[in-house]
Amino acid sequence: MNWISNIIRPKIRSFVHQQKEVPDNLWQKCPGCEGMLFHRDLENSLNVCYHCGHHLKIDIFKRLELLFDEGRYEKIALPDVPHDPLKFKDRKKYADRLKETQSRTGRDEAIIVAKGTIEGAPVVIAGFDFSFMGGSMGTAVGEGLVRAAETAVREHAALLVIPASGGARMQEGMLSLIQMPRSIIAVDMVKEAGLPYLVLLTDPTTGGVSASFAMVGDIHISEPGAMIGFAGKRVIEETIREKLPEGFQTAEYLLEHGMIDMVVERKDLKATIGRILDLLMNVRKENGNGGGGRKNRNGNGKKSGPSKVYRSAPIDYASAARTAGTVASLEDKKKERTRKTAVVAEQAENTARPRKSAAGG
Amino acid sequence: MSQLEFEKPILELEGKIHELRNVSSNGDVNIAEEIGRMQAKADRLLRQTYGKLTPAQKVLVARHQNRPHFLDYVDRLFTDFTPLAGDRRFAEDHALPGGLARFRGTSCVVLGHEKGADTESRIRHNFGMARPEGYRKAQRLMDMANRFQLPVVALIDTAGAYPGVGAEERGQSEAIAKSIESCLHVGTPFIAVIIGEGGSGGAIAIGVADRIYMLEHSVYSVISPEGCASILWRSATQANEAATALKLTAQDLLRLGIIDGIIDEPLGGAHRNRDETVDRTGAVIEKALGELMPCDSASLRQERRKKFLEMGRAA
Repeated sequence: MNWISNIIRPKIRSFVHQQKEVPDNLWQKCPGCEGMLFHRDLENSLNVCYHCGHHLKIDIFKRLELLFDEGRYEKIALPDVPHDPLKFKDRKKYADRLKETQSRTGRDEAIIVAKGTIEGAPVVIAGFDFSFMGGSMGTAVGEGLVRAAETAVREHAALLVIPASGGARMQEGMLSLIQMPRSIIAVDMVKEAGLPYLVLLTDPTTGGVSASFAMVGDIHISEPGAMIGFAGKRVIEETIREKLPEGFQTAEYLLEHGMIDMVVERKDLKATIGRILDLLMNVRKENGNGGGGRKNRNGNGKKSGPSKVYRSAPIDYASAARTAGTVASLEDKKKERTRKTAVVAEQAENTARPRKSAAGG
Repeated sequence: MSQLEFEKPILELEGKIHELRNVSSNGDVNIAEEIGRMQAKADRLLRQTYGKLTPAQKVLVARHQNRPHFLDYVDRLFTDFTPLAGDRRFAEDHALPGGLARFRGTSCVVLGHEKGADTESRIRHNFGMARPEGYRKAQRLMDMANRFQLPVVALIDTAGAYPGVGAEERGQSEAIAKSIESCLHVGTPFIAVIIGEGGSGGAIAIGVADRIYMLEHSVYSVISPEGCASILWRSATQANEAATALKLTAQDLLRLGIIDGIIDEPLGGAHRNRDETVDRTGAVIEKALGELMPCDSASLRQERRKKFLEMGRAA
């Protein structure tokens, strides 16, 4: 604050000094470009630096407001779990640490589960709260993911998980490690129900979180610059004893290496996710013909194929053309796949025969 | 080779017995009695020491170089071992060997981490730290087990997945996540045994099984005690405290419902009697397979899911 008091003296300084209640975080430095950011402007820009575009962390509730239609959603209560199964104690008791964090943040755990719609598509979001013990995944978080998946299946909604986590919560020992398979079981339930499972990887997504549910999505989206990786940079540096390449483990790096589908700016997330869900779940067409489309595609009812749904859709040429294109290309791909399998099978048969005879001779 | 600090008195005694034995072969009869007494003392010391190893000591025993490793188990328990190589995408990973084999008459898929037995082989096996290729090969093998209805035996012994630039580039996270998924999709009996070190994600990647066993002095943890200490205590010297706090011993994990059973090690640890250790492990695998073989694919998958979903709910 010193430099502010130097610049804005003396009239305002006295004003600042008088008001002890003024929070000291009116300004903050952008971690990207070190430019100064005023809190109100930053809020307006969705916590994205208006100098360099760096995506700062954003509160999970703000994020939910941003993504859900009209910012409306219903929070889903999470089951109670054993809180400190190991009676873990480092320099401080884990139980105390947990309580402190709970009272400081006013939140129960590092995960929030909510349901609502995104561009009309029903979605359950499980979002991580990085401010809660680094978004680390313990029993409660794993249970939250299970609950989110169950809700999605029950409500025929898509599941969107938004990790922001350093990894497993080591204070829960092995009980945190087993959240890796547990979270994968959870998202598997969603996949089996024929529902989309999307991951929005935010800064940071590392360790046991990146190596489990976060990497088995149907579609992986990330915000620019997000740190995503398995091992921490320091660990890698100590192992290989050399400097890491520029931009290592950033979203862009992962995109380049084929691990995520797209890097999307925060302001475009809602529209992008909405479009993807629309394409995957046929939301708009369903709205047109009273609910036939999606259910048929999710269940294995093949009675009314996509083309039938398309015919009965209202006249929305732009959307119809777009979806028709998708449907056509999907159908083509399917045909091509069957063709390919047939060819492969034929080839296999052809190659198998001479081999057999060779073996016989 | 590597000496454990807390074993020193025992090792000294064993050394003396060895010396005396050499002397006694010269024909002195009285010494036999003395040797017997010393041997009894050594056994008593071993029993005392190994009866109450601290978690930190168990970590050292679990990492002991002379412990039987993956290939020792394969040699002694399996016949017709046919190693299969490569992930069909990038490379072969020697840290995570695996393949087809026959276990007491049953053909199966066996895979696990191999740490290596000497400097040369340790380097070749990358000290048992697998790269994405290893976990992608594991996926391949598990898919194969599924296709041909072969049970899966996984022997876990790793400090963790390899932290390197190339491993990250090629998607270490994705490889581990998909490997866990593959475990869950296996529709045949799946047995996992932690034979030494169960190091975090790299271990659980092949450890999501119907039955999970640990050797008596093996450890299984979300993070190494050293890593945990350097983060939570901000000093790696507190590793002993971390080892205790993490509850990483077989005994703790059985209590927490993470594992299904403990395989007793011979007196003085697996490194003192490797064959006996392997044989005991074999007996446990055989029994578990016998129980699981009659189950059909769907119920195996469902039960495995249920087992993991229930874990920790009522700890």
